[in-house]
Amino acid sequence: MTPEIAFLPGWLVQHAPPLLVVTPLIAGVIAAVLPSARASWGIVLAITFFAAAMASFIAMQVMEVGVWSYALGSWAPPLGIEYRIDGLNAGMLLLVAVIGFLCAIYAPASVEAEVAPENRSAFYGAFLICFAGLLGVAITGDAFNVFVFLEISSISTYALVAMGAGRDRRALTASYNYLIMGTIGATFFVIGVGFLYMATGTLNMADIADRLQGLEGDRTVQAGFAFIVVGLGLKLAMYPLHSWLPNAYSYAPTLVTAFLAATATKVAFYTLIRFVFGVFDPGFGFAGLSMIWLIAPLAAAGMVVASFQAVFQSDVRRLFAYSSVAQVGYMLLGVGLGTAAGMSASFLHLFNHALMKGTVFLALGAMWLGFGVTRITDLRGMGRTMPYTSAAFVIGGLSLVGVPGTAGFVSKWALLVACLDRGWWWAVLALGAASVLAFFYVGRVLEMMYLREPPQHDGHAVTRSPAPLAALAPMWILAAANLVFGIWADIPVRLANAAAAAVLGSAP
Amino acid sequence: MVEFFAERFNYAVVIILMMTGLYVVFSSSNLVKKLVGLSVFQTSVFLLYISVGKVAGGRPPIVEPPHHGEGEAVTGAAAATAEAGHGAETEALVGAEPSHGAEAAHGADAAHGLAPTAPAPAPAGFGGDIPAPDHMTPDGVLDAVYSNPLPHVLILTAIVVGVATLAVGLALVVRIRETYGGIEEDELHQGDLGAERA
Repeated sequence: MTPEIAFLPGWLVQHAPPLLVVTPLIAGVIAAVLPSARASWGIVLAITFFAAAMASFIAMQVMEVGVWSYALGSWAPPLGIEYRIDGLNAGMLLLVAVIGFLCAIYAPASVEAEVAPENRSAFYGAFLICFAGLLGVAITGDAFNVFVFLEISSISTYALVAMGAGRDRRALTASYNYLIMGTIGATFFVIGVGFLYMATGTLNMADIADRLQGLEGDRTVQAGFAFIVVGLGLKLAMYPLHSWLPNAYSYAPTLVTAFLAATATKVAFYTLIRFVFGVFDPGFGFAGLSMIWLIAPLAAAGMVVASFQAVFQSDVRRLFAYSSVAQVGYMLLGVGLGTAAGMSASFLHLFNHALMKGTVFLALGAMWLGFGVTRITDLRGMGRTMPYTSAAFVIGGLSLVGVPGTAGFVSKWALLVACLDRGWWWAVLALGAASVLAFFYVGRVLEMMYLREPPQHDGHAVTRSPAPLAALAPMWILAAANLVFGIWADIPVRLANAAAAAVLGSAP
Repeated sequence: MVEFFAERFNYAVVIILMMTGLYVVFSSSNLVKKLVGLSVFQTSVFLLYISVGKVAGGRPPIVEPPHHGEGEAVTGAAAATAEAGHGAETEALVGAEPSHGAEAAHGADAAHGLAPTAPAPAPAGFGGDIPAPDHMTPDGVLDAVYSNPLPHVLILTAIVVGVATLAVGLALVVRIRETYGGIEEDELHQGDLGAERA
């Protein structure tokens, strides 16, 4: 590993992987104890920017040189903890760091309106710790380390969700249920890791994968697999384990919803892929079979059922929360195919979904800030009262439906082609049905926003009230990304192919 | 039959605790009781890991200074012969430090932690890539048998995670009680429905 970036100091380049995780973790503690919320926000902004820069540097490095393995404390990998970045998680790190930075720009607008003054510093601290945890899950090559980082991010997420209590007290119960489900998920995961450790005597993921060769029929390994899939399924809101998600997304502060929707479930999804394909490879009989007979049908069912539920929601954020469950179904379907094309489509959809849901939830956040709206009927005439925000929302919504020219189309198309290649007609039907339902639920919101008159107040229409620039800028960056990656899909497709190659390449 | 269960006593306890915990989480409508169930569930996992780390006849994994080594060789003799074949295959220590090497060797034993007799030779997967630990004599005989320390370390971390979860959970329950005036699930539900209508 000889990185050659001249403008960065040597130590920074050499120790980039751990610094990416440790810096936000330490800064989170500092941000939490600072008396001034403004100063805490300054730290959040600086650190997330630093992380985004480091993640892009690491991603470029991995694209050029190949796998970057960093031994923590110089303990050589199979025994020591290894940070291992390949084509798969380089993209994840970049995604989490960039979305984190964009959310940090939007943060003060949301926090000042939704979080009690005495909690603001703590909120920023929890945000950074959650950010660090997600990066840690994505970067580490050690199975137990995944659990620890998963819980670092989850526990801070519970706190973040509960901070929405100032606006709606149901945030507290939503957070509590999320805590129960999330902890059961994490504990299942750690039981699974324990079984793997019993069978192989190691915790390094690459090492476990090596030693699992020849243990196909082993009951311990199979039990471990089952526990890991269910545990991570809870974390990533795999249908029917998604019951915590709609409430958590509806009542959390708007910033938290946007951040979680774009990153947290994605990282859990990445971890599932890493375990199923990187540790138990799909050719491994039962793992491949469970993909085809369990994951893919559940994914298809989730796509249709959750989309259907979304159509009938009256709370707009809850509507898009159900839509998120459906979109997780799309990603899982791609994985369930078990082919390189399916895997690549799945990752493409993961990136694109982060972009569209980021846009949608940031736009909804800005609308809440402007008018305090949460119900779909409250959005009447929003196209006239908040034109820029609504336009961004339209782009995100169309991308969600999969209209040609948006990022959503590219990934749905790739998924469709992958399903046809495999000859799975039922999957194509489910994709079609879910897309039609998406058209209805997005269309319902758009109709409210553009075809209805704004509500009257004392006889005149409510005046225009554009969102603050801090909310518009990140929203429009994401919306623009939806359009750019819808037309020039080159970069995300390359990233997704690299990810798919990294996943399937590790399988013999 | 009795022997079968007696040998797996730890695991039976683990399963009972695990199921009890999960059952309480799902069946109880009291938020604090749910958290208690969650804790029991997590504790069962700690026990599972610790049971895995136990090596029959193993001592605490502390590497003794060389002059104590002589006496230990006698007590560990039975195990040592069993391990001899394995030890002979392994290569010389490649730059790893003592405690590190010790973990590696006993990682192999983890799979056999339950066996009532001395640990069987390591499985075939444990080939020559494990460096010989320091407490082996040059002819590849183990001085002593140690318990696997790694699960203990992992569980220390998991306990911290569990405590943090419980703390956040209890803090949430306190806030819920302040806001809703109760900690029974159906009361909360009624409260929210009332708020919705108002």
